[in-house]
Amino acid sequence: MFLTITTTGTPERPATDLGYLLHKHPDKAQAFSTSYGTAHVLYPEAESGRCTAALLLEVDAVALVRRGKGKGRGGAPDAALAQYVNDRPYAASSLLAVALSSVFSSAMKGVCNARPELPGQARPLRVEVPALPARGGPDLVRKLFEPLGWAVTAEPVPLDTEFPDWGDSRYVSLVLEADALTLAEALRHLYVLLPVLDDAKHYWVAPDEVDKLLRVGEGWLPGHPEQRLITSRYLSRRWSLTRQATERLELVRLAEADDSEVEEIDNAVEAETEAEEKPTPLAVQRREAIVTALRQSGAARVLDLGCGQGQLVQTLLKDPAFTEIVGVDVSMRALTIASRRLKLDRMGERQASRVQLFQGSLAYTDVRLKGYDAAVLSEVIEHLDLPRLPALEYAVFGSARPRTVLVTTPNVEYNVRWESLPAGHVRHGDHRFEWTRAEFRAWAEAVAERHGYGVAFEPVGPDDPEVGPPTQMAVFTQTSPKEAKAA
Amino acid sequence: MTDTQQGRVLPVTDLSLVVLVGATGSGKSTFARRHFKPTEVISSDFCRGLVSDDENDQSATKDAFDVLHYIAGKRLAAGRRTVVDATSVQSDARRQLIDLAKQYDVLPIAIVLDVPEEVCAERNAARTDRADMPRRVIHRHTRELRRSLRHLEREGFRKVHILRGVDEVENATIVTEKRFNDLTHLTGPFDIIGDIHGCAAELEALLGKLGYVDGVHPEGRTAVFVGDLVDRGPDSPGVLRRVMAMVKSGNALCVPGNHENKYGRYLRGRKVQHTHGLAETIEQMAGESEEFLAEVREFLDGLVSHYVLDGGRLVVCHAGLPEKYHGRTSGRVRSHALYGDTTGETDEFGLPVRYPWAEDYRGRAAVVYGHTPVPEATWLNNTICLDTGAVFGGKLTALRWPERELADVPAEQVWYEPAKPLRSEAPGGQDGRPLDLADVRGRRVVETRHQGRVSIREENAAAALEVMSRFAVDPRLLPYLPPTMAPTATSHVEGYLEHPEEAFAQYKDDGVARVVCEEKHMGSRAVALVCRDAEAARRRFGVGGGPTGSLYTRTGRPFLDDEALTEEILGRVRTAVGEAGLWDELETDWLLLDAELMPWSLKASGLLRSQYAAVGAASGAALPQALAALRGAAARGVDVTGLLSRTGERATDAAAFTEAYRRYCWTTDGLDGVRLAPFQILAVQGRSLTGLPHDEQLALLDRLVEHDGSGLLQTTRRLYVDTADPESVRAGVDWWLEMTGRGGEGMVVKPVGAVVRDGQGRLVQPGIKCRGREYLRIIYGPEYTRPENLARLRSRFLNHKRSLAIREYALGLEALDRLAEGEPLWRVHEAVFGVLALESEPVDPRL
Repeated sequence: MFLTITTTGTPERPATDLGYLLHKHPDKAQAFSTSYGTAHVLYPEAESGRCTAALLLEVDAVALVRRGKGKGRGGAPDAALAQYVNDRPYAASSLLAVALSSVFSSAMKGVCNARPELPGQARPLRVEVPALPARGGPDLVRKLFEPLGWAVTAEPVPLDTEFPDWGDSRYVSLVLEADALTLAEALRHLYVLLPVLDDAKHYWVAPDEVDKLLRVGEGWLPGHPEQRLITSRYLSRRWSLTRQATERLELVRLAEADDSEVEEIDNAVEAETEAEEKPTPLAVQRREAIVTALRQSGAARVLDLGCGQGQLVQTLLKDPAFTEIVGVDVSMRALTIASRRLKLDRMGERQASRVQLFQGSLAYTDVRLKGYDAAVLSEVIEHLDLPRLPALEYAVFGSARPRTVLVTTPNVEYNVRWESLPAGHVRHGDHRFEWTRAEFRAWAEAVAERHGYGVAFEPVGPDDPEVGPPTQMAVFTQTSPKEAKAA
Repeated sequence: MTDTQQGRVLPVTDLSLVVLVGATGSGKSTFARRHFKPTEVISSDFCRGLVSDDENDQSATKDAFDVLHYIAGKRLAAGRRTVVDATSVQSDARRQLIDLAKQYDVLPIAIVLDVPEEVCAERNAARTDRADMPRRVIHRHTRELRRSLRHLEREGFRKVHILRGVDEVENATIVTEKRFNDLTHLTGPFDIIGDIHGCAAELEALLGKLGYVDGVHPEGRTAVFVGDLVDRGPDSPGVLRRVMAMVKSGNALCVPGNHENKYGRYLRGRKVQHTHGLAETIEQMAGESEEFLAEVREFLDGLVSHYVLDGGRLVVCHAGLPEKYHGRTSGRVRSHALYGDTTGETDEFGLPVRYPWAEDYRGRAAVVYGHTPVPEATWLNNTICLDTGAVFGGKLTALRWPERELADVPAEQVWYEPAKPLRSEAPGGQDGRPLDLADVRGRRVVETRHQGRVSIREENAAAALEVMSRFAVDPRLLPYLPPTMAPTATSHVEGYLEHPEEAFAQYKDDGVARVVCEEKHMGSRAVALVCRDAEAARRRFGVGGGPTGSLYTRTGRPFLDDEALTEEILGRVRTAVGEAGLWDELETDWLLLDAELMPWSLKASGLLRSQYAAVGAASGAALPQALAALRGAAARGVDVTGLLSRTGERATDAAAFTEAYRRYCWTTDGLDGVRLAPFQILAVQGRSLTGLPHDEQLALLDRLVEHDGSGLLQTTRRLYVDTADPESVRAGVDWWLEMTGRGGEGMVVKPVGAVVRDGQGRLVQPGIKCRGREYLRIIYGPEYTRPENLARLRSRFLNHKRSLAIREYALGLEALDRLAEGEPLWRVHEAVFGVLALESEPVDPRL
């Protein structure tokens, strides 16, 4: 909510020219109303040697929550904005960037009617942002500003000095210094990069955001080494915001009821990566291995249990040998994305009749899952707490009882081969366990024995002589049709 | 059939498909109107009208009968007698109706109206809509009817009443008969006894243990035998003699087992294989008199396949029965009752694989049965198998009803070698038996004792399913979730959003005189299920593998990721329970505690850091610099007075906010620094304690805390207030002011009487929270106390929150009642799941 812009000068080029450039008189405090509160411009110092303009945005946090509020129904459509306890009144967020562009609009355009020569001149500039939310930390701040000609000082702000073990907050105290930039350039940098650095949950999106980015980024964004990241972060907010508003509210409430954040429980779908998602070779290999095993089993009617975003369903649809493909997931969000990926609403009737998606849970038996040729549990079991695995075992092998069951799961031994994975870490935040080959075999063989299946194991991915393949797959084949014993 | 002077009396079973047979004009509709309820009768003419707008449009006949069969099917499925008013003179038409009766397992009954052709013709001629019906149609009907008469019983009608001539039709009366299996009027109490198989000595021992003296119970209890009295064991004649005598004297009921059925067929001279112990029975009976054998034959012939007892709450049969067969009468119902369902396969011992019907059972009535030997009788989905293999050296078991208590005597010896080892056939009998998605999915209505029907919407169930499946503890160890709690009505005291006066006033309005104010602990809600040992956890909750309970949050997630630490907490509570002598006093080996676990930072550290501390950090970094800039401008003579003072206040508010959340944080190491403050014992074995007044609850809990040597447990401070006494109310307010003034979170005001209703019989709120002024900064933001903010925040709507609190409360109570009564897991889980689903309803989360 606060930043300052300082320039130094000489009697010939006084620092107080800043007042002309910004179109704001140094001897007055001016207030402008913006959509989120009042923006004030004032000058704590205004000498010819040194002049500082301060922008202070008074954010009305209560109004932020109550915007669009229905009667007693719990606030704004965007769950993240619907918090009275909100850093928006204090942090230099996207709201500040919006204020910046409206209060200093002519300065940002490089227009100064009174002194037309001024905007084109570079001058010594110092920008201070005491609380800048920066996803990516001081490193990213430097990566974003240094290529533009700024000398960057970015100090992380500790979360709470009374609890030093909590570490740093997501804010940095930022000082930018440059001699060779114009004020208009500086403002444009800030206008784009403040929201990019912000966690961006609260980004205010106008309909013409792409045009605006191109206009404001002119001259500096195209050559920027982090151009992709900047563009993607800047523009990616619009649809994820609306999606959040329409799809996750029930889960948001359950998370709040338990003093946790929705990301903690709505994590079935991976957070969007910076760049457009690129399938990792391992995921492709896994799908190939699964399809091969399914073909070998002769299965026509297949369940994808824990279908996630529907990649496997999509692959299976391409092979007419699979006459019925059912994707089941417990996450409604995953199913919505899967449905969008498969374009279910636009699919021809014949194709559409082959595929079904529905919410289900392997913690419960489900009569809808009975009578299929094969079931795939690809990277599913490791997302369950171990004590709840017997319920899954019974639901699949005891109750649904398809002829063939494919189970894939990470081989933890292989983790030492992932260079980016710190020792002892699991591959995904939600993995409740990762098994060695021996552990997986022991489980799979016991399951097979209990439920009248035979089991074979296949490596997926390069089979390392020492630590085995990255993914392990068990192929269960029913040997006895008898009903299960106790799970 | 007794006929009165006036006319014939026709018995018609209460649940049956009655087919009227007669030519057009024979008076079927008049007959039906006279003897049955209008809604019981479906006529083909009416259905013809439904589909074609013309009751006589013969081209619509096929569609009309589709509709007729559909309606009849719906009625029969719902257990309602149905009368079909169509000519039904052709055997093909009747066969379809007989198939329908079979499909719904009800008796098909034919009532024939055999009226002279001329009469029919006259009647039709008198009706304008049928006046032009050709005479040949009536003639054909009459001819077909005559041809049918002799075959009706062979066609499958279980009762056939033929009324000949107009007078007989006119004078006949209908009397409704109950089904043989309908003994709903008998309320017992009962002692239901499992498979005996000729173990006469064990039977006598068990009857003695149950209190019977020579087959008669001094308190008038009735024994109910689930069948398989004979075969395999040492003294089948002795068992039959005892059971038959008790049945004859009205001291017992008996349903047939498959072994009686086979022996009965043998006695009737049918050829049966003398396997599975029949040879022993035949041999033992060889010494018996002809009279006794004849009595046995008569007894076995008269057995009814199953009984519905005690107002429909109890069903007894030999091999189990799905709900749709309860009280029904058909060959397949009898077959299921005698043999159960099989999958058509055989297992490795060559025995038929039994279909686990009980696993799918969701019925309201308890089904008590035998047939499948199991090592222990255990409830599964409101069903229980009492065959504990007495003849195989196990034990003979009885269930006391309605007490739901088990009694057993051990077998004197192994009388017969089992074909396969005794084991629980019920899948997961003891462990791992999962719930079914149909128990929780989609829009649901949960019946609660305290608040009637509570509905759950589909989208809320979907969200709950996600959290329950992916994050919750094992549902067997999750017998309860705490309800949300409404805050006190909004205060208008200056500077306050919540104040205790409104809470006391609300209870006073509700007619609650005495309330208890309980200190609100500064932690997170935790429910602790503490079992005396792992064996108790296994026995009662069916979890193997060592957990001695669970410790979970208000959405059912494990409170701590670290299982060892959880066990340590449970262990400390367990020790305190033991030291306080509560195991014996409460006659339990487990208890369920509602509690607060502190510090808040233990669970909410993520939220604290990402949201609360972040706000503190951002404000701490930004505001001092903003203030410095404003002071600089002011020093230059720029007028920033208003902004400067506002920003100064902001800084003060932000500092107060930081202070407020810091009170909820302290460093813990293992269990050092962790505190658990129990405030209610929710349930113990066989009992829900939610009705125990809070003063008694707190007294029990004080003793628990007193006996905790580990420093984990913490008492809950409290103050009792008389809502009608201004002095007492003032003391309550002062207490709150003092406590929150020192940074306390606030208090919860509860009626001392626990589950309380108001003057109109509505449940009152079980508790009203009244949160401290400083604590609310964490909820409403650092600057909520500024007058302009308070003014806006005071417009808040509590009705939805209150209604939600009551509905969740009712579901929570229901879960505990079901748990206490030993109801199956799915019934408890249904209510628990409901609480979680309701938690995802849209209500202002700050309330």
